Amino acid sequence: MSSAPPAVHSHDPAGHDAHHDHDEHGASHGTFGGYLAGFLLSVLLTAIPFWLIMGDVFRSPTTAAIVVLVFAAIQIVVHMVYFLHMNSKSESGWTMLALIFTIVVVVITLAGSFWVMHHLNANMMPMGAHDDSMPMSPEGARQMR
Amino acid sequence: MTTTTIASGAAAPQFYTTEEHHPENGTLLGFWLYLMSDCLIFAVLFACYGVLGRSYAAGPSGKDLFDLGLVALNTAFLLLSSITYGFAMLEMAKNRKGSTLFWLGVTGLFGAAFLCVEVYEFAHLIHEGATPQRSAFLSSFFTLVGTHGLHVTFGMIWLITLMIQVTRRGLIAENRRRLACLSMFWHFLDVIWIGVFTFVYLMGTL
Repeated sequence: MSSAPPAVHSHDPAGHDAHHDHDEHGASHGTFGGYLAGFLLSVLLTAIPFWLIMGDVFRSPTTAAIVVLVFAAIQIVVHMVYFLHMNSKSESGWTMLALIFTIVVVVITLAGSFWVMHHLNANMMPMGAHDDSMPMSPEGARQMR
Repeated sequence: MTTTTIASGAAAPQFYTTEEHHPENGTLLGFWLYLMSDCLIFAVLFACYGVLGRSYAAGPSGKDLFDLGLVALNTAFLLLSSITYGFAMLEMAKNRKGSTLFWLGVTGLFGAAFLCVEVYEFAHLIHEGATPQRSAFLSSFFTLVGTHGLHVTFGMIWLITLMIQVTRRGLIAENRRRLACLSMFWHFLDVIWIGVFTFVYLMGTL
């Protein structure tokens, strides 16, 4: 971070109105090294999952899915830190608070949807080898009556 | 009130902060809150895709349709546009108008390349008969990826607008604030794309 919010008060209060807008926001720009580090990490964290899937490295699709998701999670954190300059200090912690709240809501939305819909599918649908366009055969429909 | 009794003492204590605790420029915080709400839109679309993503209706699956090479190319374009936007912000901090505009232009070119590849991909899918109407999987796929593409499109319009404004007015305080907002928007779209290429494309081809 180039400047933390408390640095606002160290500025000359008079005569800097024109530059006031950006100087006080350490949140808005990082350093060259920071961007480069973030970029190189992102390239690595993107290339590895693509290689894992395209090269069919894992036999088990479940393992592959979990590993790829872990890489995505790490890369999202890298982007947040190096590109969006996320830290607990910017805007007195309000950005972090908003982010934590959003993550909670996102997790509830995703986990809740998958959980509920998985049970719905497991209980309601006759699951064949493939999803059929016709969920029920005519024989099955007759037996239901 | 206890406050008055204490305040009548020698050293009047203060129960509030005397300095301004509101950020002097609330725009960036406000824009961050917008991005968080945008995040919720994408969360719902991801949930939708997660639920419907395997309902092929005897149609083509992700494994049949997705071209991971093309997706890797698209990912590279978006990642490169992210770092070039970062360079633009660094040049802006150094108050160099010309090189800020240059890096914004490079960002715009990568963004345009991303959109071209995505439009090509969609056109190819539709040409093959994998239209949004074909199955629930394709409906949710086009909605999720299309919404992201639409965001990039609007980001492009915003980027061009800001390039014109910087050209005309220079790096004034207002333009710096706008560029900082677009920076957050652009990097945010890259974060969403991580979710898209992982959850939709990579896991879809498993």
